[in-house]
Amino acid sequence: MRGGLGGSIRVKLNGEETDVERGSTIGEIVDRVVRDRSRIAVERNREIVPRASYDAAPVAEGDVIEVVSLVGGG
Amino acid sequence: MEPLRIGKGTFASRLILGSGKYKDYDQMVACWEASGTECVTVALRRVDLKHEKEQKNLLDFVDRKRFTILPNTAGCFNAGDALRTARLARELGLGELVKLEVIADEETLLPHTAATIDATRILAREGFSVWAYTNDDPVAARALEEAGAAAVMPLGAPIGSGLGILNPRNIATIVHRAKVPIIVDAGVGTASDVTVAMELGVDGVLLNTGIAKAKDPVAMARAMKHACEAGRLAFLAGRMPKREAAAPSSPREGRFTG
Repeated sequence: MRGGLGGSIRVKLNGEETDVERGSTIGEIVDRVVRDRSRIAVERNREIVPRASYDAAPVAEGDVIEVVSLVGGG
Repeated sequence: MEPLRIGKGTFASRLILGSGKYKDYDQMVACWEASGTECVTVALRRVDLKHEKEQKNLLDFVDRKRFTILPNTAGCFNAGDALRTARLARELGLGELVKLEVIADEETLLPHTAATIDATRILAREGFSVWAYTNDDPVAARALEEAGAAAVMPLGAPIGSGLGILNPRNIATIVHRAKVPIIVDAGVGTASDVTVAMELGVDGVLLNTGIAKAKDPVAMARAMKHACEAGRLAFLAGRMPKREAAAPSSPREGRFTG
């Protein structure tokens, strides 16, 4: 499965090893897990991915992606 | 009463509330309203990959015209992670505010002041309004101010302890030397702790557990509001000097009894 043309690649999404389709964008990944893009922020390999560029940001094998949101805290 | 001013922000209330440990979001908002606060702090965490779509989001409960959101870097144990968290918060559209916390270890939850000073310098240069959580140490407070902090937030006591203001003399020294607002953050257990802090001349108090874990959180939020106002008014009024011996309040002259 991994590595094949048109197959899937493996990324680390919020700490979990996750297979995504080759050529996927950050936009496709976030839409799978959240309802509202305005409620989240995204980091790829420790760099902020601006919301406006989610759909133009492809992911690559081994990328470390963090999708975060606000929670209660003190 | 004159408002609290920090950086570009102006707040009618001098209380800042947390958003953690409440029974639910409705109770949280009811407490905010009862306390009179206009500024609330929130944390950033990974979304739940499996259940995020079904879950309520904190932002759905916050009237942003009424409450300023102060994102915090709680849970960061080094300067680098605190910088990442602050930048993610800005990307979330929360503006340039950040309550900067760099914690030294899980057991004490005490601030790592050296790392906090480093992170303050970097974030201030990036245009953040840094509200820096620190120890009740006048030297660290001065260093944070010099590093560009918009406000310095010494602890009253360890986070979540409810032990009150453990070192009032240090807090008073911090206030006396400060050119930026001083907010007591952490350790407040009950209303009198807020009053003690405010009587020392601090500009405001941030608390979470003292309200969220009270038996009746909304009633305690109301108590905290009055405690904060009482402490501020007493500070501005200027307390009487303390003296060792008793002094009668009624005249000694003209007594007609024994």
